[in-house]
Amino acid sequence: MCLAVPMKVIEIQGPVARVEEAGVRREARIDLVDGVRVGDYVIVHAGIAIERLDPEEARETLRLFEEMFGGEAGGTPAA
Amino acid sequence: MERLGELRRPELLRRLAQGLRATVAPPATLMEVCGTHTVAIARYGLRQALPEGVRLISGPGCPVCVTPQEQIDWFLALGRLEGVVLATFGDMVRVPGTERSLEQARAEGADVLVVYSPMDAVEAAARASEKQVVFFGIGFETTAPAVALAIKEARRRGVRNFSVLCAHKLIPPAMTALLDSDVRVDGFICPGHVSAVIGSDAYRPVAERGKPCVVAGFEPADILGAVSMLLRQLAEGHATVEIEYRRAVRPEGNRRAQATLAEVFRVADARWRGLGEIPQSGYELAEEFAEFDAARRFDVEPPPPAEPAGCRCGDVLRGAADPPDCPLFGKACTPRRPVGACMVSSEGACQAWFRYRAEEPR
Repeated sequence: MCLAVPMKVIEIQGPVARVEEAGVRREARIDLVDGVRVGDYVIVHAGIAIERLDPEEARETLRLFEEMFGGEAGGTPAA
Repeated sequence: MERLGELRRPELLRRLAQGLRATVAPPATLMEVCGTHTVAIARYGLRQALPEGVRLISGPGCPVCVTPQEQIDWFLALGRLEGVVLATFGDMVRVPGTERSLEQARAEGADVLVVYSPMDAVEAAARASEKQVVFFGIGFETTAPAVALAIKEARRRGVRNFSVLCAHKLIPPAMTALLDSDVRVDGFICPGHVSAVIGSDAYRPVAERGKPCVVAGFEPADILGAVSMLLRQLAEGHATVEIEYRRAVRPEGNRRAQATLAEVFRVADARWRGLGEIPQSGYELAEEFAEFDAARRFDVEPPPPAEPAGCRCGDVLRGAADPPDCPLFGKACTPRRPVGACMVSSEGACQAWFRYRAEEPR
């Protein structure tokens, strides 16, 4: 139930955004997250966005894994 | 998001698993407190990547499972009232109350509405003004903001025939309560989406009691990474709060969501299945929103609550028993014919163990 899904914001109208992931489109309230813009990824749970995903921090996690387990764990950045 | 693709690369997972297995760590029992983690650990067979002597156990992280019998019974009793619509997340429908489940109540004529979002329940109430729509507000800090928004929306739109049975629970007080119990936990894999809302700083009281905490995401690589981070802390002999799931979680959390929670709810003592009453571990509606409180609006008399005979769901939720330790597991109790809440819910530890049991070394 705590399942929450990263979805891409494709359109914003006031407090509501149309979000999409793997072809599934939904409406989600985005008024609990600061400054959401079209193109952002938000975590959607029970019809509301609870946070925005930060791609820079995702890279940081890969770097951390690299540091823990050596050279190639992080791999090369996606094209 | 493209970075998720990288986190999902089999090569990364293989390296993480190899690295973890080769880790020299003291024997440790690590607890995860999130149903989605429970499922991911079982589904991807992550226990097989653990070094010798390291054990993963499940705690009270399944929101449906921790909802105590008396709250389920209370909600079910509402269904006998004329004109009441019971609105709920789908996960709750098959959970047995003392006398019946919502599914059985529906077969007996109760009006049960399954919703994806509490906002949908407000909408249903707006469309059927002659009915009373009562939403069962279960779930942790991840879910409570959605319910808070729905209540504010009902007020804004003047939807007075909407109310909430508020049964929300808070994770950090439950973790602290476990530390005071007989269950041995050496470190916590903290829930990613609860933490996105409350922030990782919320676990500092747990770390201050000598238990490392790492907030983890939900990809298998996230979980293996978090386990490695916990083992590193244990090996180095310190206990702090770290965030593995940095793409979604900040130390301070989502302040705007927290402000909405503080506006609509008030922290109160709460009862948990398996853990009993824990001080300051749940929400009730703030006085200003009391008009939306189903517990004040309706007067019902549920039966005295009783747990199913032989069911060890309570022990499983505390991490005091693994699902196969229950005499009913896989015999009298299966996902098809569940006896206890932990087998009913798709996020329950019993269902996760049953569904993916071939992968579980014992």
